[in-house]
Amino acid sequence: MFNVEQVREQFPILKSTVRGKPLVYLDNAATTQKPQSVIDAESHYYDALNANVHRGVHKLSQDATDAFEKARDTIQHFIGAQHREEIIFTRGATEAINLVASSWGRANLQTGDEILLSQMEHHANIVPWQLIAEQTGAVIKVIPMDETGTLNLTQFEALLTPKTKMLGITHVSNALGTVNPVQYMIEKAHQVGALVLVDGAQSILHHAINVVELDCDFFVFSGHKLYGPTGIGALYGKKHLLNAMPPYQAGGDMIFKVTFEKSTFNHLPYKFEAGTPHIAGAIGLGAAIEFVQSVGLQHIAAHEAQLLAYAAEQAKSIPQLRIVGQAKEKVSVLSFVMEGVHPHDIGTILDSEGVAIRTGHHCAMPVMDFFKIPATARASLALYNTQQDIDALFTALHRVTEMFLK
Amino acid sequence: MSDLRELYQEVIFDHNRHPRNFGKLVKANRHAEGFNPLCGDSLDLYLIVDNDRITDIKFEGQGCAISTASASLMTEVLKGKTLTEAEQLFEGFHQMVTTGQQPSFDIGKLSVLAGVSEFPARVKCASLSWHTLHAALNNSNQPVTTE
Ligand SMILES: Cc1ncc(COP(=O)(O)O)c(C=O)c1O
Repeated sequence: MFNVEQVREQFPILKSTVRGKPLVYLDNAATTQKPQSVIDAESHYYDALNANVHRGVHKLSQDATDAFEKARDTIQHFIGAQHREEIIFTRGATEAINLVASSWGRANLQTGDEILLSQMEHHANIVPWQLIAEQTGAVIKVIPMDETGTLNLTQFEALLTPKTKMLGITHVSNALGTVNPVQYMIEKAHQVGALVLVDGAQSILHHAINVVELDCDFFVFSGHKLYGPTGIGALYGKKHLLNAMPPYQAGGDMIFKVTFEKSTFNHLPYKFEAGTPHIAGAIGLGAAIEFVQSVGLQHIAAHEAQLLAYAAEQAKSIPQLRIVGQAKEKVSVLSFVMEGVHPHDIGTILDSEGVAIRTGHHCAMPVMDFFKIPATARASLALYNTQQDIDALFTALHRVTEMFLK
Repeated sequence: MSDLRELYQEVIFDHNRHPRNFGKLVKANRHAEGFNPLCGDSLDLYLIVDNDRITDIKFEGQGCAISTASASLMTEVLKGKTLTEAEQLFEGFHQMVTTGQQPSFDIGKLSVLAGVSEFPARVKCASLSWHTLHAALNNSNQPVTTE
């Protein structure tokens, strides 16, 4: 059974105070807190296993390699990939998208080809494509959304043509919480011969992912948004696609044989893992996934959905508050603006009550442009949040209205 | 909590709700744009400088209470000042919001923003209009940012 108090016990930081108040952490879409098991796994690597991987004949190097490669297996099974070599370690979602845009894009895109993105993408799933579009002459097309923050699927289908070579789509919007119908979109995109990259940065901690069922060509996520360390994440890619792609970065580990005349490249996944990886981070990420599995994603999702509904209900008690992002399918994000109060001021007043939220454009400036607002305040949930956290949020928001709107 | 009251003084609310010298100055001979890319705040500052003296000044834009009030107070304080006096006020203001120390000379109403120094994340909000002033007086055509 899911017991939120037991879960909270495992996160040391949740016992801390901020400005004399207990920490109420509602900035989980930016990054999640880490359970003790993740902290322990990282420090155990440095305490007991520290050696470089894939290089030594000595025992310690072998142990480090085993632990590192075990983390790859954990990720593989967590997202349902068929082959372990389809999992490439990266610094995070951003680097994974850059890898695909750069490596696949340079080899495959030509003048006039189209890259289809949605209006609610994070900058990480916009700018890498803009760079490659500039270099190759490809063109970026944008799937529009409506006032609720739901993608217009009729427009989406109209934008799909034989010129569409790549669909880059976020599974869950970090700014709005919208869950996009990626399964359906992947199927449609494949019908015109396009590949699909799913940005799973915000879905990986709320949804069970099966990349084979989804049939996506690429899937990316960051460890730090999944209760794991920063600086580590993963790219999943279909094996035949990854095999056909040129290396992204070059250096040690990614080669078979180097001469000054020519080098030959290592096989997957090492072809895309040049240099010494973030070994401790990968091991920590493995531990984070094991933690999530031990709690159970279905329990986590149910708990978060109930809290989000409670928060949305509470929001009605503040007439000046308008929720931004009201899609039917949404998770764990309450993005809002308040008439007469700038989000920055909301953030500062909440902070003085120990409530941590994010204010700003959330790296999704086109979303702000669409709603004609400079910024929103965003509370985002994770498995350790409680009804008391939501109550603390709204008590603090009532203070905001007292101070600003009296 | 006392820090919060220090930050959000009545004067700040007043200038946020009713910003002074708000709007465009059609006859401006100095102009600059300022951005705070982190929060999306933007500001246009217009000045008429005559014989090294600021004879008129206005601003428009959108921002939080701190940046709006700071811009509004700045325009009030600067109107009629020489460029040398403006520069001195800039230095004094900057010192106050970063260190919390009131400068040795009188900076007038600007002193209500001293509380900002307790909120490092908000120093940029308070400084945006002043950085924009610098750009306008140096006739730089590049929009300034707080980053
Ligand atoms: C939807 C989405 N995509 C991509 C990213 C980028 O993740 P990272 O900064 O960990 O690479 C984020 C992070 O905010 C995100 O929310």
